[in-house]
Amino acid sequence: MKAINNYYDVVIIGGGVVGSAIARELSKYKVNVAVLEKEDDVGWGISCRNSGVVHAGFNNKPGTLMARLCVEGNKSFKELCKQLDVPYKKIGKLVIAKKKEEIKGLQKLKQQGDVNGVKNLQIIGFKEMKRLEPNIEGVAALYSSETAITSPYLLTIALAENALINGASFFLNAEVKSIARLNNSHFRIKTNKGEFTSSYVINSSGLYSDKIARMVGENKYRLYPCRGEYHILDKNVSWLISHLIYPVPQAGAGGLGVHLTPTIDGNILVGPSNEYIRKKDDLSTTSQIMKMLFTEAREFLPLISPGYIIRSYSGIRAKQAPSSEGGYWDFVIQESATIHNFINLIGIESPGLTAAQPIAKRVVEMINKKERLDYNPSFNPFRKGILRFDEQEEETKKSLIKEDPDYGEIVCRCEKVTKKEILEAANNPLGARSLVSIKYRTRAMMGRCQGGYCQTRIMEILRESFKLSPQEITLKGNNSYLLTGYRSNKENKLCQKKKLLSLEEELLV
Amino acid sequence: MPEKEVIIIGGGAAGLAAAVACQQKGIEDILIIERGDYLGGILNQCIHDGFGLEKFHTSLSGPEYAQKYINQVMDKKIPFLLNSMVVNLTPQKEVIVVNNNGLQHYRAKVVILAMGCRERTRGAIGIPGARPAGIYTAGVAQELINLKDYMVGEKIVILGSGDIGLIMARRLTLEGAEVITVAEKLPYSSGLPRNINQCLYDFDIPLLLNHTVVDIEGNGRLSRVTISQLGKRGGIIPGSKRKIVCDTLLLSVGLIPENELSREAGIVLDSITGGPQVDERGQTSVPGIFACGNVLQVHDIVDNVSLEAEYIVEGVTEYLEGKLTRGREIKIELGNGLRYVVPQTLYRLKDTIFSFRVNQPGGKKVLIFEDGKKVIKKKSFPRVNPAEMIRVKLFSRELEGIKTLKVKLVSL
Repeated sequence: MKAINNYYDVVIIGGGVVGSAIARELSKYKVNVAVLEKEDDVGWGISCRNSGVVHAGFNNKPGTLMARLCVEGNKSFKELCKQLDVPYKKIGKLVIAKKKEEIKGLQKLKQQGDVNGVKNLQIIGFKEMKRLEPNIEGVAALYSSETAITSPYLLTIALAENALINGASFFLNAEVKSIARLNNSHFRIKTNKGEFTSSYVINSSGLYSDKIARMVGENKYRLYPCRGEYHILDKNVSWLISHLIYPVPQAGAGGLGVHLTPTIDGNILVGPSNEYIRKKDDLSTTSQIMKMLFTEAREFLPLISPGYIIRSYSGIRAKQAPSSEGGYWDFVIQESATIHNFINLIGIESPGLTAAQPIAKRVVEMINKKERLDYNPSFNPFRKGILRFDEQEEETKKSLIKEDPDYGEIVCRCEKVTKKEILEAANNPLGARSLVSIKYRTRAMMGRCQGGYCQTRIMEILRESFKLSPQEITLKGNNSYLLTGYRSNKENKLCQKKKLLSLEEELLV
Repeated sequence: MPEKEVIIIGGGAAGLAAAVACQQKGIEDILIIERGDYLGGILNQCIHDGFGLEKFHTSLSGPEYAQKYINQVMDKKIPFLLNSMVVNLTPQKEVIVVNNNGLQHYRAKVVILAMGCRERTRGAIGIPGARPAGIYTAGVAQELINLKDYMVGEKIVILGSGDIGLIMARRLTLEGAEVITVAEKLPYSSGLPRNINQCLYDFDIPLLLNHTVVDIEGNGRLSRVTISQLGKRGGIIPGSKRKIVCDTLLLSVGLIPENELSREAGIVLDSITGGPQVDERGQTSVPGIFACGNVLQVHDIVDNVSLEAEYIVEGVTEYLEGKLTRGREIKIELGNGLRYVVPQTLYRLKDTIFSFRVNQPGGKKVLIFEDGKKVIKKKSFPRVNPAEMIRVKLFSRELEGIKTLKVKLVSL
């Protein structure tokens, strides 16, 4: 079996949070795993473009996989983050009834949550709501103490890096073009980075999992892109709220409504909107929705002002429910009925981040049942992230600089990121080399000046570290080159023409 | 903890001028703290000329202008730290610095804030669309081209007609790029008239007033932007949208005084200037902390930055000698036509230089200073322009005995 070129027992298509979690879960066994990711880094699809919320599990219909895996994921999330050195904070969530009529909605949510096995759900009155969140307007709220926040991209990176040190292989910029079933029942997967052969294929390709399923003739799935736009607010106003603030969800909507999310780094997210669009890669923001987000957020939080926005962006949900229907269809996590050993994960939208680990466990169980996998005795569940200089005690800071003077060079002024951290991020084990990869790993360029001070410095660090030509420095891989070359190499055509002209004019006089 | 008489945060135009002025006043124990690896700050990337006309009566490039001050700092052996970031400033004037040598606390009798400003970004002005590579603020592009020798793109659209954007339109053209247009949201440019002439008109670069960017396209690199004309109330005029094929969008949409440290020190800021509120000698709401240059208010001419830095040093020496006693507070009231005034408050009625910016461009105007109904001073201007800071000196004899102070701008 091993004689076949580029053979892996399992090929995972998609290096999002779920694909990376599956890779890590599989690396607990003696399994040869490859993850194929079409982007320049893991987690750049749905996984990095969401609110970063560890849901408690009261939003989902009892009995669904969504409900079960969310509640399960919530319970084990803290431990997972601890193992992987990923930030996690249980800050709690308030679903706000803006008027009396909405209190019924709160009760319904609580009932649903109780059935799902969510702990500590509590409906609180105006007074208690105001005590918890003095700046929020409303009449009552559902308080969920179990809801938490994390960094969705750091989690994805951590899962992938941990899988990597435990033996999984990651191929970036490897987009799957076709999948064929060979006679010996292996799969042959063609990518722009060459061919792969495997016994199992796990289709964990997020928004594109319908397309990947179609490559093996499974035509029953269809995913509709549903875009959500966000604003990010300056850290200066992080005092505005201390919990997650949600509206009462509307039936038939594609999302949970515009909410306010304190991020793990101290910003506040406003959003997301909920708009079915045509193209799966259209991550644009639109002036209409940028305005709408604000108007809706103001209903809860009158103190908010557009001047607090430092950046706007969008993410796209992978909806199985068409726009005419809206709402949520349950996760599909199953082996194809017609193509054995081809496991589909379809419609992994919210609460997919919370449920990533339980989803991974479920997938691995499916394989384990058939293959009776052997444990990998050298599996190491722990992984260390990049040490954040700014978060250390003063004495630690001093000794860090003594150890390595690069800690004494603050490259990103806003987020206080040192050169050492930038270098560590640039040399990440997955081999992602773009500015965005450094941004997600360190927070450099994420602050209020948006890279105005540090971007040039980081570009220089990248160029020097990897001996790149200017054209090879990219924002986010592929065609996202930041520079067109050296200045001196440019032909100065326009100007030469002008000079000639003016000379002639002078001569005429 | 090392103690210093004066710590100057920032070794750019303001910081250098303040240091030299302090030294000339006999202050010996000075420390300039600069985060970059050279003194002179942003002046180093401003390789065009036009600096120093007022101060030195000659046209210098940015680096030449900076060098005049750097030479004095070197001659007088004024101490400075490079590659050193001030990470914290307390109201007790404790300054925490991080550099390759470690983390150091300093205590200063006087702190002079001279951190300059930063550029407003796309996120802050909310341009919708995709987020490809190829969107730069004008100053970052200037740094990449002039200091690092890179080219940022080949076909350029510039949004905003601030001075750096105008300068970069010329610079990019000279380097062989095609600058398609400069779009300005307002009905007038926010740059200096001389820059519009020398950087745009001399190079046939169209300036589209009342226009803005309403969409950005591009997956990897920027491929197109959509610009649109704006009506009187700032709304998009239907049918005026135009798509422009380009690979770079430069933003020159305003500068913001960089007051992160000031805020941590509890200094009261002015919501219009973005800088600290100061008194007649640049002292902020925290005694012993002074501010000058672009961290106080964004200047259009570097000569004024130097002059402002020299001017506040009189307050610094008085403070160090214990002679700076605050009298009754007079808050300066802002009347019609003016966007802001610096200083915002007077405690002592000394000779004082006031800086203003007007709301709108206009013809003949008179600036009137009043105490109640009594006119203290009038000064007329043949033209006013928001791009050009107005500086007016009032003498102590003019201010003597006033109870209130109001300034307004009226048409002739």
